[in-house]
Amino acid sequence: MRFMLLFSRQGKLRLQKWYTATAERDKKKMVRELMQVVLARKPKMCSFLEWRDLKIVYKRYASLYFCCAVEEQDNELITLEVIHRFVELLDKYFGSVCELDIIFNFEKAYFILDEFLMGGEIQDTSKKSVLKAIEQADLLQEVSLNLKHKMA
Amino acid sequence: MPAPIRLRELIRTIRTARTQAEEREMIQKECAAIRSSFREEDNTYRCRNVAKLLYMHMLGYPAHFGQLECLKLIASQKFTDKRIGYLGAMLLLDERQDVHLLMTNCIKNDLNHSTQYVQGLSLCTLGCMGSSEMCRDLAGEVEKLLKTSNSYLRKKAALCAVHVIRKVPELMEMFLPATKNLLSEKNHGEILHTSVVLLTEMCERSPDMLSHFRKLVPQLVRILKNLIMSGYSPEHDVSGISDPFLQVRILRLLRILGKGDDDSSEAMNDILAQVATNTETSKNVGNAILYETVLTIMDIKSESGLRVLAINILGRFLLNNDKNIRYVALTSLLKTVQTDHNAVQRHRSTIVDCLKDLDVSIKRRAMELSFALVNGNNIRGMMKELLYFLDSCDPDFKADCASGIFLAAEKYAPSKRWHIDTVMRVLTTAGSYVRDDSVPNLIQLITNSVEMHAYTVQRLYKALLDDISQQPLVQVASWCIGEYGDLLVSGQCEEEEPIQVDALEDEVLDVLEGLLVSNLSTPVTRAYSLTAIMKLSTRFSSVNRIKKVVSIYGSSIDVELQQRAVEYNALFKKYDHMSPNIAVITIHATNSTEADMTEFVFQAAVPKTFQLQLLSPSSNVVPALNQGSVTQVIRVLNPQKQQLRMRIKLTYTHKGSPVQDLAEVNNFPPQSWQ
Repeated sequence: MRFMLLFSRQGKLRLQKWYTATAERDKKKMVRELMQVVLARKPKMCSFLEWRDLKIVYKRYASLYFCCAVEEQDNELITLEVIHRFVELLDKYFGSVCELDIIFNFEKAYFILDEFLMGGEIQDTSKKSVLKAIEQADLLQEVSLNLKHKMA
Repeated sequence: MPAPIRLRELIRTIRTARTQAEEREMIQKECAAIRSSFREEDNTYRCRNVAKLLYMHMLGYPAHFGQLECLKLIASQKFTDKRIGYLGAMLLLDERQDVHLLMTNCIKNDLNHSTQYVQGLSLCTLGCMGSSEMCRDLAGEVEKLLKTSNSYLRKKAALCAVHVIRKVPELMEMFLPATKNLLSEKNHGEILHTSVVLLTEMCERSPDMLSHFRKLVPQLVRILKNLIMSGYSPEHDVSGISDPFLQVRILRLLRILGKGDDDSSEAMNDILAQVATNTETSKNVGNAILYETVLTIMDIKSESGLRVLAINILGRFLLNNDKNIRYVALTSLLKTVQTDHNAVQRHRSTIVDCLKDLDVSIKRRAMELSFALVNGNNIRGMMKELLYFLDSCDPDFKADCASGIFLAAEKYAPSKRWHIDTVMRVLTTAGSYVRDDSVPNLIQLITNSVEMHAYTVQRLYKALLDDISQQPLVQVASWCIGEYGDLLVSGQCEEEEPIQVDALEDEVLDVLEGLLVSNLSTPVTRAYSLTAIMKLSTRFSSVNRIKKVVSIYGSSIDVELQQRAVEYNALFKKYDHMSPNIAVITIHATNSTEADMTEFVFQAAVPKTFQLQLLSPSSNVVPALNQGSVTQVIRVLNPQKQQLRMRIKLTYTHKGSPVQDLAEVNNFPPQSWQ
């Protein structure tokens, strides 16, 4: 996977994860263009399209578009499952996730994504395992904050 | 100084902005506050401020002044600081930034941290965006972690190693020892997925690694088999299928290992057949596995039965309601159509149906695949579908479709007439989308189809009467009229059903002159029509009209036209004294024998002072028993007004044998040459 984007129907970016080194202004350009292309798609069209030299896999969940750019040799159908797994993780973590959760807790959404994928590849195929790791890390964060208060 | 506002409060505030300007103002205000907070080296709120900066960065605002702060957060001992610090690094500090390398030391320390979640953070950051230099510096640490017994770290180290190898391929060797036991049963299943990914990366990059890891095939086959046969494992299950992500990855690695290797391919044959036949296809996840299986079967040296099985899976995919499945089927079929042509042909009708799909990507693939499947046997049927598709498809497709049709027609045309008709159909329905280089190619085609000249020019003329907007059509038509205008006005046609075109010289010239003045004509088109008009001066009798037109364009503002007109004018002047001395002779050949004369060719030679022009004959078959005739027009230029004498030679095939006949004709009436 080259990158993953989450954006709303109004074209507002909610999350961007780049797995290749790209200049800031190129990123902005690509995001703008790709959002336009994907938002113009009609509901009956398939989830895959060719854009520049990349394969794009996208799926809409409620008001959010999840959009991945994958390599030539990547399996598009399993990429849909990867996206779905990420959504399930968010759902489990936030409890019936909605766009507002991602907006107000974007850093947590990134933490979950970074526990699930690294360099565009799945780290652990067990849903439970990923959620447990996030839970533990959150606990660790709590502990470190409590310590701070104790010392203050 | 009051505490900086919390992240969520800032987000809430910014979202209340009603205009872009209002938002920008809020952002600028907050950025100013954050900047001063940074200047004060405030440790307590650094984390909060950087988090806010990251939010504003996502909205599109500059955040580079937070880069160093991210480094400070990473260096902090607090986990909460590190979490935001590393996130900030991943968002703001990619390898193009000068301060990127400053992270190296922190990452190195954190890779050896006592808390695995801190180690995880640093592995993740390195594995997502570490530069080549950083990878070089830290590869040793990653390799160490690859050998740890902690599976949480080991799986991350594997993916981090993948990134290191991608950035610095020479370092691949150093990870080899650590891969020794990656797949062994002793390990928890947790690291299997990332291990397979690492092995795949290494095999893809190095033929030596590939040969080295071929011995893993039996192990991989066993793991895959266990996955399929194993009971329900809720942790890894997706819609009833065990760990589909791992299955797909193993299949992909098997593909790489089996490619070009007989033994490996044989070893995986059974498991591939098993996966292909037993995988549940009701949901996308099952089909994803089948898709990967098909890709593997097609790439390795599989036995023919397995290949047919794979193509049939793709055939079934084509009939699936889910358009995503249809899409991948078409893509895969396109990849295999060369090697498994016959198997793919069996699904031709389904593929052709996909031309009518609503989805643009599916239509495009169906079109590409259809062209790949055209052959001498199915050309007529396929062309019907493709022409229909050309009529109704999106403008984006028309150019490619038209080119494809021309290519296919050239390769497989069952007859010249069919070929010309097909070309005509494309020019009339998609004439404006045809590529520029098609025009000379089509002219070449028409020139070579000698027997079709009259038919072609008549059809093209008729098309022009209907529509002069499609430039490639207009250009080809103009050229033909210029070249074969005499056939156009003479109304003769080789085909059984002539086109019923009543074209008088003046009408033809009206049409061509119309092209010169029309707004729809491009400069190139105008050049074509002017040249055509000029050429007709040697074929038509209304030379004065033509001269007038040509002289008008001698002062055209279009430089190309002006140049042509001036040169044509000069031609007129040069040969002025010659034009009245053209004798036009029409020969009629009939055959009273009971067998046709085929391959009939009439040739003539005249004395040196004459110039002879033989126009195309109406046909090269003289039917038996006077059932028809071959006509041919000869134009003789006789500038010295000498007596016309001609030597003629007839060659033809009669009852299977070639015949040659020579004669001299000296009895031309005096009016023809005086």
